[in-house]
Amino acid sequence: MRVLAAMSGGVDSAVAAALAVEAGHDVVGVHMALSKNRDQFRTGSRGCCSIEDAGDARRAADVLGIPYYVWDLSDRFEETVVADFVAEYEAGRTPNPCVRCNEHIKFEALLDKATALGFDAVATGHYAQVVRRQVPDPAAPGGTRTVAELHRSPNDAKDQSYVLAVMGRDRLERSIFPLGGFASKDEVRAEAERRGLSVSAKPDSYDICFVADGDTQGFLRERLGSRPGEVVDTDGRVLGEHDGAYAYTVGQRKGLGIDRPADDGRPRYVLSVDTEANRVVIGAAELLSVDRIAGDQSVWLADDVLAAAAADPSRDGWFDAEVQVRAHGAPVAARVRAVAGDGGSRAGTEVELVDATLRGVAAGQSLVVYVGTRVIGQSTVVSAHRARLARAS
Amino acid sequence: MSRSGPDAWPRFVDWSAVNPDRTVYLDHAATTPVSPRAVDALLAELRRGGNPSSLHGAGRAARRTVEESRESVAASLGARPSEVVFTAGGTEADNLAVKGLFWGRRTAHPERRRILVSAVEHHAVLDPAFWMAEHAGAEIVLLAVDGEGRLDVAALESELAAHADETALISVMWANNEIGTVQPLDAVVRAARPYGIPVHSDAVQAVAQLGVDFAASGLDAMTVSGHKLGAPMGVGALVATRGLPLTPVLHGGGQERSVRSGTVDAPAVRAFAVALAETVAAREATAVRLAGLRDDLVAGVRRLVPDAVLRGPEPSSDRLPANAHFTFPGCEGDSLLYLLDSAGVQVSTGSACQAGVPQPSHVLLAAGVPEDDARGALRFSLGATSVADDVARLLDVLPGVVDRARSAGLASAPARLGERNGERSAGPAHPAPSGAA
Repeated sequence: MRVLAAMSGGVDSAVAAALAVEAGHDVVGVHMALSKNRDQFRTGSRGCCSIEDAGDARRAADVLGIPYYVWDLSDRFEETVVADFVAEYEAGRTPNPCVRCNEHIKFEALLDKATALGFDAVATGHYAQVVRRQVPDPAAPGGTRTVAELHRSPNDAKDQSYVLAVMGRDRLERSIFPLGGFASKDEVRAEAERRGLSVSAKPDSYDICFVADGDTQGFLRERLGSRPGEVVDTDGRVLGEHDGAYAYTVGQRKGLGIDRPADDGRPRYVLSVDTEANRVVIGAAELLSVDRIAGDQSVWLADDVLAAAAADPSRDGWFDAEVQVRAHGAPVAARVRAVAGDGGSRAGTEVELVDATLRGVAAGQSLVVYVGTRVIGQSTVVSAHRARLARAS
Repeated sequence: MSRSGPDAWPRFVDWSAVNPDRTVYLDHAATTPVSPRAVDALLAELRRGGNPSSLHGAGRAARRTVEESRESVAASLGARPSEVVFTAGGTEADNLAVKGLFWGRRTAHPERRRILVSAVEHHAVLDPAFWMAEHAGAEIVLLAVDGEGRLDVAALESELAAHADETALISVMWANNEIGTVQPLDAVVRAARPYGIPVHSDAVQAVAQLGVDFAASGLDAMTVSGHKLGAPMGVGALVATRGLPLTPVLHGGGQERSVRSGTVDAPAVRAFAVALAETVAAREATAVRLAGLRDDLVAGVRRLVPDAVLRGPEPSSDRLPANAHFTFPGCEGDSLLYLLDSAGVQVSTGSACQAGVPQPSHVLLAAGVPEDDARGALRFSLGATSVADDVARLLDVLPGVVDRARSAGLASAPARLGERNGERSAGPAHPAPSGAA
């Protein structure tokens, strides 16, 4: 196969490229330049966006003996990921820019361009597994076709299936994750060292790459300006002031700027963010707990699971699953079904947690549905609440 | 590789079939192969050793090498030996000219703060000029060019008429490295002379292709680079008249009439002199031959890709004979470059690379080319080793490459947010695609 290896300059993508070469593919390394403002990304070298990272990727490609190019995707990155990040906060939601980057940059701009240029697949250093399975082909009775399933990595700490689910099935079929089977990062580092890749000891990247100093609130204030408003409790009593409701996130505890302790002395959290009224509501932790979540913009990767649930009238579309609302959050048992949403049939997702609650579920977050290790779909949280009564079941 | 024409363009470029020794190199403006005689000269001097500043026998021998080379370089360029300041290449010579002249002039005339440069200069001139504006109180005047990248002489004249007393220097390249435009240097020199303002020219691209005579040009300073004409990288010269007030940029042992300290690289200087003499001796014949190949290339590209736009002047005495430059509508330069590279044809997008990212060329933008068009630029530059087969092989693969790059350009066209599942339910600030589907 002709494979384009996306090379960030980090150890994971370098080893992924190496494994693609060793699997016998024709591999070309491509580094995506995501910032026009090189200085902005220069400090810290977090592992994907600085000039040093581009240089590290080039050296890894040299060691592997593969051609290497830098593609400028900075306009797309700014128009999609950064603009979405700012707009979502401005609308009072909590975006995940890594999900948007996978959606719009890695598995759209890069993958589609690669396909158009003649590549069969894009390889990245993500920790997730693609399982290709033969299933009966409804279009050809008696025949089969291959479907790609996305599964968790066996490396729980590193598993990135959560941020990959958004890419959708078609693009999944054109993606390979050579690190999918690795059980630990140490193994990947050892593989890098064994091949003489100098990035083997490079630190992991964690922060948002375009917020160079990690100060998200400062970044937003720079873009959106100061918008002073009130911090209130659930009864509407004014407890303090803020510089812009957009900078707050549901579930946030620190940095509320309230000097007066709560009447009951217990910690308070952001319960809701209303950027239209420019108001932040805070209250006790238990008010954050939800067990009903609604999502939209759903992307389903497992039509068979949805079809089975829809075929059984007694289930009314519901199926048993687990949901995860944070990149490294724990999965929680739930009943899930696809419903019509704003974007059309099956764009909506309804979730009922089973004997559990989640805290701090904010609109804009990515909700990923699993059955076992398999990713069933992904949805963007629209709303969440606590059911008044336990479901009769 | 396939020679059976565009119809045979395979779905996937099969570069395993490309013999690396048979790649087509059409990027001589970036660097050109070192001439065998320059290699011999370099090796001979490397084996001999000696520091040209030493006073003993070995030093004298090395010094002799340097001075003979200086005489040879001067003769090749129509300059006097004492006017040749060896540097570590074109960028250093440009920095010395811009910074050294600015500082040198300011000592006597603090009011002379303006640096006049054409908008299409190489970064080795533009960046020192802007650096001087940021750190040394200079004022930059970017001189406009026309749609073919040619300096607007009238604009220069009116600038001088208004501000000659505040002007420190003028720098206008001999010929443009991207789109090959030969600049009206005679007119620049004529305009500057009445005011006594020194004129520097970056002649890096010109020396191998045009008749370059420093004395006849009337220039005060001129930059030459070795590796563009068959010498190794890392050697060049600033040719500067003796009376020119040049403040050093590098300070130290006082070599090169104290303008450029640092042990002179005798082997590199020898190789430079040999390659330059060889190049200048063959120049006229080479230029005629390469102009013929270039004309075939231009005609072929226009025939095979009718909407490709030649940038810079039509082939004529206004254009470097070995340069062709096109923009390909709907294509991205990096796609074109990748596809040609994987088909064994090496070209350039022609613009400066920041960490390997092709930025829209400042030269094209200055010539009024829209940014979108500027993204699809390719420069084809020929050199002493170019043959007709190079052009033929480029033309073999080009139509398929352009088709594919165009489809990739469509695939990665601006964002289509919301397309996946309809518009996002609440997205007032999402950048929706404007108008068109």
